Amino acid sequence: MNNHQNAIFHQITNFLKTPLALLGVDLKNFQFNKICHFANHPYLCKGLTGEILMRKILLSVAIATTLFNSTFVFANSETEAIKQQLDTLKKDYERRIQTLEVRLLKTEENAKQANSKAQEVQVALKQNNTAQKISSGKNNFNPAISVILDGRYANFDNDPEDYELPGFALGPESGLGEKGFSVGHTEIAISANIDDKFYGKLTTAIAEHEGATEVELEEAFIQTLGLGNGLTVKGGRFLSEIGYLNKQHAHAWDFADAPLIYRGLFGNQLADDGLQISYIAPTDTFLQFGTELLSGNRFPAGGKANGLGAWTAFADIGGDIGIEHSWQLGASHWQANDIKGRQSGGHSHGGTTTETPSFSGDSKINALDFVYKWAPNGNPKNQNFKFQTEYFDRKEMGNVTMLNSGPPVETTSYDGHQKGWYAQTTYKFKPQWQLGLRYDQLDSNNTGSNVNVLKEAGLDNEGHTPKRTSLALDWLPSEFSRVRLQFNKDDSYEKSDNQILLQYTMSLGSHGAHQF
Amino acid sequence: MLYQWITKTGLAVLLLSFGLNAAYAKINVFACEPEWAALSRQLGGSAVKVFSATTAQQDPHHIQARPSLIAKVRRADLLVCTGAELEVGWLPLLLRKSGNGKIQSGQAGYFMAANQVALLEKPAVLDRSLGDIHAAGNPHIHFDPHRIQQIANALTQRLMRVDPANRSLYQQNGQQFAQQWQQAIKKWQQKTQTLQGKRVVVSHNSWVYLEQWLGLKKIATLEPKPGIPPSSAYLSKLLTQLKQNPAEMILSATYQNQKPAHWLSKKTSIPVISLSFSPVKNETLIVWFGRIVDQLIGVHL
Repeated sequence: MNNHQNAIFHQITNFLKTPLALLGVDLKNFQFNKICHFANHPYLCKGLTGEILMRKILLSVAIATTLFNSTFVFANSETEAIKQQLDTLKKDYERRIQTLEVRLLKTEENAKQANSKAQEVQVALKQNNTAQKISSGKNNFNPAISVILDGRYANFDNDPEDYELPGFALGPESGLGEKGFSVGHTEIAISANIDDKFYGKLTTAIAEHEGATEVELEEAFIQTLGLGNGLTVKGGRFLSEIGYLNKQHAHAWDFADAPLIYRGLFGNQLADDGLQISYIAPTDTFLQFGTELLSGNRFPAGGKANGLGAWTAFADIGGDIGIEHSWQLGASHWQANDIKGRQSGGHSHGGTTTETPSFSGDSKINALDFVYKWAPNGNPKNQNFKFQTEYFDRKEMGNVTMLNSGPPVETTSYDGHQKGWYAQTTYKFKPQWQLGLRYDQLDSNNTGSNVNVLKEAGLDNEGHTPKRTSLALDWLPSEFSRVRLQFNKDDSYEKSDNQILLQYTMSLGSHGAHQF
Repeated sequence: MLYQWITKTGLAVLLLSFGLNAAYAKINVFACEPEWAALSRQLGGSAVKVFSATTAQQDPHHIQARPSLIAKVRRADLLVCTGAELEVGWLPLLLRKSGNGKIQSGQAGYFMAANQVALLEKPAVLDRSLGDIHAAGNPHIHFDPHRIQQIANALTQRLMRVDPANRSLYQQNGQQFAQQWQQAIKKWQQKTQTLQGKRVVVSHNSWVYLEQWLGLKKIATLEPKPGIPPSSAYLSKLLTQLKQNPAEMILSATYQNQKPAHWLSKKTSIPVISLSFSPVKNETLIVWFGRIVDQLIGVHL
C-alpha cells in the first residue's frame, strides 16, 4: 500500500468530510474511478478503487451515522426550547392582555363615576344658584295680599225697596241690593305668619251704602300657630263658627246671595269681636270642639252689654269614605242673654221720623249643618259634586219697642220662635263649568201681648211661608276668576219676585286656601 | 282601704301604659304626596308610621283641606311635602287648623323637599296672565333621580333630628337606600340612552325634571298656560304645528284630563304615554321609577 496514495486519499476524505456532510451527498455515487483513470494504472487503479470503495463505505457509514446522530440530537433539543419559549411568550402576552383589560374596565368605570359625579356637582351648583332665589320668592309674598273684585248686574221684577221677610225683623245689609250695575263688596285681605307663634289676618271691605263709600272692618284677628295638643286660640274680630257657611267669606259661596235664614237671623253673616278657643281631638276621625266668647255688640246681639255679650259653642265631626267621598256634620249654639236694644230695619209712616223696632231680652240659636262632597278619584279640579244643608232654630224672650213712636211708645212682650233651612247642590261637570241649585224655606211662630206692634215690627208672618229657589251657572276660567249667572224665584214675601243676577268675582294676589 | 288600692293600681297601670306607649310610639309622618310617603317608608322603616295625603290619581295642586286631613296633621310628628307652593291651596290651612306645634313652618317636623334641591324654571316675571305659575320654580322635582338622592340624604338627617332614639336605624336605611338607588340610576341610564333628544309633547308642564334627566326635548304643551285647560282653537293650532314638526310621544300624567292628549294622538298618531305621576299605594320609589322608564322606552322597542 502506497503511503503516498493513502495519504492523498486520507486527505481527500478528510477534505470532503465537512462539505459532504453539509451537502448531505451520498459518497456511493462519488466517481473516484475517474480520478483513477486519470492515473492510467489499471491495477493500481483496481486495487485503489477497491480499497477506496471499502474505505468509502466505511466512511460514509461513519459520517452518516455521526451526521445522523448529531442532527437528531440537534433537532429534538431546539424545538423543545422554541416550544418552551413560545409557551412562555404566549403566557406572558395573555397575562399582559388580561391586566390591560382590567385596567381598561377600571378606567371606564372611573369615567362613568366621574360623569355621574360631574352631574351631581352640576345639580349642586344649580342648587347654590337658586337657593337664594327661593327665599326671595317667599319674601315677595310676605305678607300675602289679596284683593277680591266683585261686581254685578241685577234685575228684579219687584222693587227691591219693598223687600221683607215676614216673621223676621231684618238687620242691616239684609236687602237685595240695587237694580242694574253695581259694585259689591271689594275685599282687601292681608295675612301672614306674624312669627313662629302667631298668624294674623286683616280683611276690609269697601262698599257703598246709600251713596257713601264705607270701609268696613270685616275681620282683624290673630291666631295661635301650633299651640300644641290640638288647641288653637283666636282673638279679635272674626267670622263666627256658627253654622257651616258663616265662617266662609261671601266670595267663596256658591251663590251670589246668602241663604234666606242667614239673611233673616244674621243680616247675611255673623262676625263679632272676642275670643275663640278650639280643640281638635287626637283621633283618626276629625273631631272638633270649640267655644267663642263675644262682645255681643254686633247684630243679632246688638246690645250694649258690658263684657260678655254673647257666646257660642260648636262641635264638628267629619271624615272620608274611601278617596272620593268626604263629609262633615256640625252642631252649634249661639246665645246672647240680656240683649239691650237690638235695632232692626225701620220703616216710616210718611212722616219725618222713622219707627225702628228694638228688641231687648234673651236670644238662643241652635244650628245643624251637614256637608257631603264627591270628586272622582278625589280630584275636585275636573269634576265634583257638593251637597250642603243647614238648619237654624232661634228662640227669643223679651220685649219689642218701636223707637220714635207714640206717644205713648208702642211696646209689646215678645216670645219668638223662628226657624229655617236650606239645601243646595253644586255640580262641576267640566273643569270650567259649575251648576248650582238651592232651595230655601223659613217659618216663624212669634207671639206677644200686642199683635199690632208685632205686625209693625215685621215679626208677624202674615200667614206666609218665605221660600226661594235658585239656579246658578258658573264659568270658572281659572281658580282665580268666576263669572256667574243666577236666577231666583223668590217668594220671601207674598209678591213673588223673579231675580236675575250676573256677577263676577275675581281674586288678585296671593293664593287663597279655602276651607272645606 | 280597697278604694285607695284601686286608685293606686289604676294610676300605676295608667302611667305604665303611657310609658309603654312612649317607648313603642312610632313617628307619625304626614306625607303630602305618595313619592314622599314611599321615601319616608323606606328611610324610616319600622320606626315610622306613614300617611299619604294624596294618591297618584290626585292632582296635588288641587286638594281640599278636608276634615280627615286636619285630623291627620293634628297627630303628625313630621310633615314631608314638596313645597315650592305646590300645596299652597291646602297645606297652610291644615297647618293653621291643626293646633300642632311640631310641624309648623321652621320646626324640625316641617320638611319641604323643594328646599333641599335646586329648582328649574324659576319665573323671571310673576304674572298670573301666564297661568298658575310657582314663584319658587317648578315643583315637580321627584322626576329627577339625582334630586331624589339629595332629598333622601336630607330626609335621613331630618329623621335623625326628629327621632334621635333611632339615629342608627335611619343612618343604616339611608345608606342602604343610596346604594340601591345609585345602582338603579346606572341601570336606568343605560336603558334610556335611546331616549336622548326625543321630541315630546306634554299635557301639563310637570315633566321638566324628567326631560332634563333623560335629554327629552319638549316641543309643545297641551295646556296653553299652566293650569288653563286647552281650548279647541289652541288644540287645532297645536295640530298644525305638530304636522309640520312632529313629536315622538305625548306625555300625560294619569291624574290629568286625558281627553286632549288622546284627541291629539288620534289626529297625529303620536302615541300617548300615560305615566303614573306618583307611586301607587305602597309601591317603592325604585319600582315606580322602573315602571316609568319601561313605559318610556317601550315606545321605541
